[in-house]
Amino acid sequence: MERVIYLDNAATTQTAPEVVDAMLPFFSEHYGNASTVYGLGSKSKEAISKARETIAGILGAKENEIYFTAGGTESDNWALKATAEAYREKGNHIITSKIEHHAILHTCEYLEKNGFEVTYLDVDESGVVKLDQLKAAIRPTTILISIMFANNEIGTIEPVEEIGKIASEHGILFHTDAVQAFGQVPIDVDALHIDMLSASGHKLNGPKGIGFLYIRKGVKIRSFIHGGAQERKRRAGTENVPGIVGLGKAAELAASTMEERTAKERELRDYLMARVLKEIPFTRVNGSRTSRLANNVNFCFQFIEGESLLIMLDMEGICGSSGSACTSGSLDPSHVLLAIGLPHEIAHGSLRLTLGADTTREDIDLTIEAVKKIVTQLREMSPLYEDYMKKHV
Amino acid sequence: MYSEKVMDHFKNPRNMGEIENPSGVGTVGNAKCGDIMRMFLDIDENGVIQEVKFKTFGCGAAVATSSMATELVKGKTIQEALQVTNKAVMEALDGLPPVKVHCSLLAEEAIHAALWDYAEKHGIQIEGLEKPKNDISEEEEEEEY
Repeated sequence: MERVIYLDNAATTQTAPEVVDAMLPFFSEHYGNASTVYGLGSKSKEAISKARETIAGILGAKENEIYFTAGGTESDNWALKATAEAYREKGNHIITSKIEHHAILHTCEYLEKNGFEVTYLDVDESGVVKLDQLKAAIRPTTILISIMFANNEIGTIEPVEEIGKIASEHGILFHTDAVQAFGQVPIDVDALHIDMLSASGHKLNGPKGIGFLYIRKGVKIRSFIHGGAQERKRRAGTENVPGIVGLGKAAELAASTMEERTAKERELRDYLMARVLKEIPFTRVNGSRTSRLANNVNFCFQFIEGESLLIMLDMEGICGSSGSACTSGSLDPSHVLLAIGLPHEIAHGSLRLTLGADTTREDIDLTIEAVKKIVTQLREMSPLYEDYMKKHV
Repeated sequence: MYSEKVMDHFKNPRNMGEIENPSGVGTVGNAKCGDIMRMFLDIDENGVIQEVKFKTFGCGAAVATSSMATELVKGKTIQEALQVTNKAVMEALDGLPPVKVHCSLLAEEAIHAALWDYAEKHGIQIEGLEKPKNDISEEEEEEEY
């Protein structure tokens, strides 16, 4: 197989070999149900405890505050729907932002149909939530603030500590979707005043179909899935033991390599951004330049459309993603790019490249050359570019 | 997601470029929705399309449908070119994913828009051709970075 340059690590990651190795015995030898009394089952139970302990340790949380789920989307759904239900007597108002993942936005829309009111905060041009708007949006009926830790498209890291402080001063619960941030940036749930946090295994070289929700002790939250005593009766169903073991191992690896890995990614990221901005005209970088995930780059190339760019990159063996309409399955480009103020036609020409632990300088050099060539080809084909050049040159 | 034919026309677009002083040129779509097609026609005195070129801003399907549309009208008479429908373009490409059907409509519209321009320039009426509705609806952005 030809070598692939994989720069879509925000979409998913390769499962680390150490993670696969840790998981395999829990398919073959230690297949026992953790809820049983015999020795075979207790192996599973121990493994689940160990993973829970690892994750709690990374977040500065207690073990009984970590609840395993089937992934980030389930965690987000649970946090919002179950909080809304449990705190309905206190109020019906939720605050979130316009750049959340659809797991949050669509859940909010669902809650709106069921009598809740939702405020969607604006972000500035680099994608940072406006804190003055947050303060102004708080009502006596506000029960929950849910703001993502870091944005999946443009990599902007939100001022989570400030948001947490504001929430706790007002006695409002604070949930953060940390799917992109967990394992990428240090997170201490106490220092940041986080009451609930969603994360997913497959974004940090762990397996797909597993994630967790951190729920601070004392937060009233209803069971999401009924039918058994698993996860302290709050999330029933026989545990996905191999998945949980894999998630635990991936979290352990991500935490122990975080400093070194992100330093390397940051350097390559800055090199990639600098060269592309310098060498390809009519290009911009989306997202914050200072408060940004170490592995995220997001460009807009004027006069071209993102899906064409992605297909041509794929032909060169390079995997990236785009916020163009054609990749979102609708006629509108990414809601995140529109929220930071980009006009539609610019937003259609976006390219997200997200680096991983194995990304090399050579990968980046090859990618830059490919992007340069493809953008030039697509501009030659573009009537928008033709019009612009005729007007201005 | 795409058929082999779509991929072939995307990778090796036929008749991409422009014609200087074309007999007719038409632009349809709008940048807001992410697709713009421009079709250039060179039509001889017998009403035969001798040369056709296109430029497209859009996704893989938009490029492939433009490319296929140029192949289907090249060497045809105006009346024959009018028979090139979006369905014909789609069939020639072995189909399109449902979300991309609008691209083939744009290709049909682009041919019609170029023919309309030809008719206007020459003060003639082409039977069965209606004024294209799908023209660029907004002024282009002129933002610079």
